[in-house]
Amino acid sequence: MAKYETVIGLEVHVELHTKSKIFCGCSTEFGAPPNTHTCPVCLGHPGVLPVLNRQAVEYAMKAAMALNCTIGDVSKFDRKNYFYPDSPKAYQISQYDQPIGLNGWIDIEVDGETKRIGITRLHLEEDAGKLTHVDGGFASLVDFNRVGTPLIEIVSEPDLRSPEEARAYLEKIRAIMQYCDVSDVKMEEGSMRCDANISLRPEGQAEFGIRAELKNMNSFRGVLRGLEYEQFRQGEILDDGGVVVQETRRWDEAQGKTLSMRGKEEAHDYRYFPDPDLIVLHIDDAWKESIRASIPELPDARKSRYSTEYGLTAYDAGVLTSSKPLADFFEGSLAYTKDAKAVANWMMGDLLGYLNSGGLELSQVKITPQGLGEMIGLIAGGTISSKIAKTVFKEMLESGKLPAAIVEEKGLVQISDEGAIKQIVEAVVAANPQSVEDYKAGKQKAIGFLVGQVMKESKGKANPGLVNTLLAEVLNS
Amino acid sequence: MSLFQYRLPELHNMLHNKEISVGELTEESLAAIAERDGKVHAFLTLNEEGARASARELDDKLASGAARGLLFGLPAGIKDNIVTKGLRTTCASQFLSNFQPIYDATVVSKLRQADAVTIGKLNMDEFAMGGSNENSSFGPVRNPWDLERVPGGSSGGSAAAVAAGEVLFALGSDTGGSIRQPASYCGVVGLKPTYGLVSRYGLVAFASSLDQIGPITRNVEDSAYVLQAIAGYDAQDSTSAKVDIPDYLSALTGDITGLRIAVPKEYIGEGVDASVRDTVLSALKVLESLGAVWEEVSLPHTEYAVATYYLLSSSEASSNLARFDGVRYGVRADDGGGLLELYHNSRSQGFGAEVKRRIMLGTYALSSGYYDAYYLKAQKVRTLIKQDFDEVFQKYDVVIGPTAPTTAFKLGSQIEDPLTMYLNDILTIPVSLAGIPAVSIPCGFAEGLPVGLQIIGKEFDERTVLRVAHAFEQHTDHHKQLPQL
Amino acid sequence: MSITVHDVQHVAKLARLHLSPEEEAKLTEQMNAILQYAEKLNELDTENVKPTTHVLQVSNVMRDDVVKESLSQEEALLNAPEDEDGHFKVPAVLE
Repeated sequence: MAKYETVIGLEVHVELHTKSKIFCGCSTEFGAPPNTHTCPVCLGHPGVLPVLNRQAVEYAMKAAMALNCTIGDVSKFDRKNYFYPDSPKAYQISQYDQPIGLNGWIDIEVDGETKRIGITRLHLEEDAGKLTHVDGGFASLVDFNRVGTPLIEIVSEPDLRSPEEARAYLEKIRAIMQYCDVSDVKMEEGSMRCDANISLRPEGQAEFGIRAELKNMNSFRGVLRGLEYEQFRQGEILDDGGVVVQETRRWDEAQGKTLSMRGKEEAHDYRYFPDPDLIVLHIDDAWKESIRASIPELPDARKSRYSTEYGLTAYDAGVLTSSKPLADFFEGSLAYTKDAKAVANWMMGDLLGYLNSGGLELSQVKITPQGLGEMIGLIAGGTISSKIAKTVFKEMLESGKLPAAIVEEKGLVQISDEGAIKQIVEAVVAANPQSVEDYKAGKQKAIGFLVGQVMKESKGKANPGLVNTLLAEVLNS
Repeated sequence: MSLFQYRLPELHNMLHNKEISVGELTEESLAAIAERDGKVHAFLTLNEEGARASARELDDKLASGAARGLLFGLPAGIKDNIVTKGLRTTCASQFLSNFQPIYDATVVSKLRQADAVTIGKLNMDEFAMGGSNENSSFGPVRNPWDLERVPGGSSGGSAAAVAAGEVLFALGSDTGGSIRQPASYCGVVGLKPTYGLVSRYGLVAFASSLDQIGPITRNVEDSAYVLQAIAGYDAQDSTSAKVDIPDYLSALTGDITGLRIAVPKEYIGEGVDASVRDTVLSALKVLESLGAVWEEVSLPHTEYAVATYYLLSSSEASSNLARFDGVRYGVRADDGGGLLELYHNSRSQGFGAEVKRRIMLGTYALSSGYYDAYYLKAQKVRTLIKQDFDEVFQKYDVVIGPTAPTTAFKLGSQIEDPLTMYLNDILTIPVSLAGIPAVSIPCGFAEGLPVGLQIIGKEFDERTVLRVAHAFEQHTDHHKQLPQL
Repeated sequence: MSITVHDVQHVAKLARLHLSPEEEAKLTEQMNAILQYAEKLNELDTENVKPTTHVLQVSNVMRDDVVKESLSQEEALLNAPEDEDGHFKVPAVLE
């Protein structure tokens, strides 16, 4: 494989989370009963006309600016003509030669290296309906609730050189969309979708190899695996002296393979032309500036601020800013504690560990930034030990209660009362003569056992420092 | 004398004075249809029950003394490409022979607000494609002046129904002459407003950048009334113009002293029947006698208009008519088990020959490699055609010429020759491409058949167009002639 | 430029129309006549002419992002040739 270079370009579709559809007033809410968020306009009834949703345009402008695109002064909508049951007008309103954004870029980081990926264009269009196959695949049911949900399509330059880079690019796009608050960007719910073009060429060759278009990768993992498989498949073909067929292939998650979609595809001729039902957009500087002003601090800026302001490592800062909810959680906690490093450590370790092992999103656990911040305060103030904190943290994940309440409820306050600890120490020493003897015979290990016994007796609440001091006192007296 | 020979304000007074009721007007319309429509075939769907129910409501309103709309109690016909909720709308196509719209077009709501009574839906060329009404899937409309002749198209049913005294007014749609040309052939008044003046929401699209709804009436005053009721900005139509709607009735002063008229030499030259030309020249003399002056001018790009129009309108139509696929509404043909078959069969069986021809032409013109040569080129020539008018309107108030080069031709005489048929629209198409308003009014007869005079105005200057038409009408009686049925 | 019966067949496929051989032959002839007539436009130099998409001099027609009431499922499906479980039903795309 080393003798080939992989070339990947991605087309990412992101659903914009406007309240209403792009060309009519139907709700875009996900999960309603079939065909209950439709009207004559989105059903493509005879005589209807589209009217553009301003919010969709502004979200698209915001997204394009965040991806460093140039916003055209004039943008227009075109019809992309094709017949398919999920497309009620048999054309999709899209943008052909005057999209909202052109010539952008984002930086991605793979193996500690930063790389700039070009973005060819970003355009606004309407989503299609949803097909469900029934009758053993002989029929399809069509639900038009989704049709007309505003979408942006972000097309990258063929600048990606590995499946890992593709994944990093996709994650960065997701983070930026999240920061801009233009989409839910959930791949699982389809609010973010990705198609890829992938080809291989011999190292050093300037022109691209023959590419395959890859569809149906419905998760980040799917994108990575699909591209890895396709890279392998094309490598094998080239190794055997074969020629890659230019075609569309579908990633089959269950089989772990890409499959040819040949036969399902026709020679496409979309016959784009300007939609005569819609009027051109003139985007003046004032409008552009008002949108630009609404763009928040983006992941890259936030990441470098975390390093300089809080002294986090580049890695930690990168992870914490990779998703907006995570970064917001981090900063939210800092309202309750000054110890940014401790917050970062708890998040990188316990929080992300828990989320990753359970395959969960931050929104699916109940812990609050206040909870984490206050818990770090309790540790610093000696109210609880780091060990107890683990218990408190777990409880916070599940119940969302604040740490003080948990500590109180469960009686987890650290015992720092010398008298009380001394009583336990004396009882433990009395109950373990063998260990005491071992210790006195010079076996230092025995003291560890005795400390453990004291902690156990105190249900973990004894201040460990005091336990050590008092145990030494008793043994040496 | 039929009630329908009264002008609209006269009927208003008669209703106000309780000399007649809305019920009587409605019944007169239904009776006229029962008597004559077997010969004319202007109607595709009658709204008898609905019309009678509206009439009862309106008569109650009359009795109660409540405020009355501008078109109170008037029986109206609506071209069958304007959707009416719950009232079958077919576009004269087999494909939509069972289609029940689930919403009302904006103009239909406006007619209701104006208290008009919808009598039924009018025959037309299928999807408004054609100039003879022979392209209706449900049989042609015949010209009330000569049943062997076409009424023109595509709003042939609208023009014929008004000419035959079946309704007091009708709504038509005009893409390249579809209101004006049938008005000319049938001896009635047909107004195509400025593009954007009347909402297109609910007008089944043929060529979106050209389509415009307008009134067909017996006289100019009625035309102004109906326009007043249907014009206006509509937030549901992005191409609707945000302009203040003037008072059209107050424009009908009868005074055209000093009016500057341009007569394009291309409109009275070769290709225009001598009898039509002579009739139009006589009409110009009438206008002259009223104090107007006219001069010959040139609209040099006129000869390119038909080609431009057919490329643009067919391209847009090929896309607009793609939604008729048999999935959500309309007639679904046997699918032979597959989706592709379903599409092909539904569309092939649902569409007539002319519609297929336009879809084919438009699909070709937009297809890969040909867009620049055909569609883009036509859009550029459209600019030149519009500039021709802009230039003339710098010096003149209106442009006048015949509406069509001939009078109504015989059924079947041109149906096999699309290009000749298309050239019938050569005098109306440039106006549509420029998006400006024009009215066709009766200006005389040639061998017993009506001749239409086309009065073309500046954009949104319907007032001048109507003023000139009205002044002419005041001094002639062509519009009072009735066909013998 | 002149078009062949193969072009007509290709275009018919794009437009989802079945044409009989007679229709194909007739359309080839008629479309050629019309397109030949359209060649006329090439007499005009339009190099520096802007295309007209809209005769109206307006721009930026937009609506606010406000949800309006949708149709009921029953209304949505009112004209459906075939429906099932609140969906429109179609045969599957066959290979």
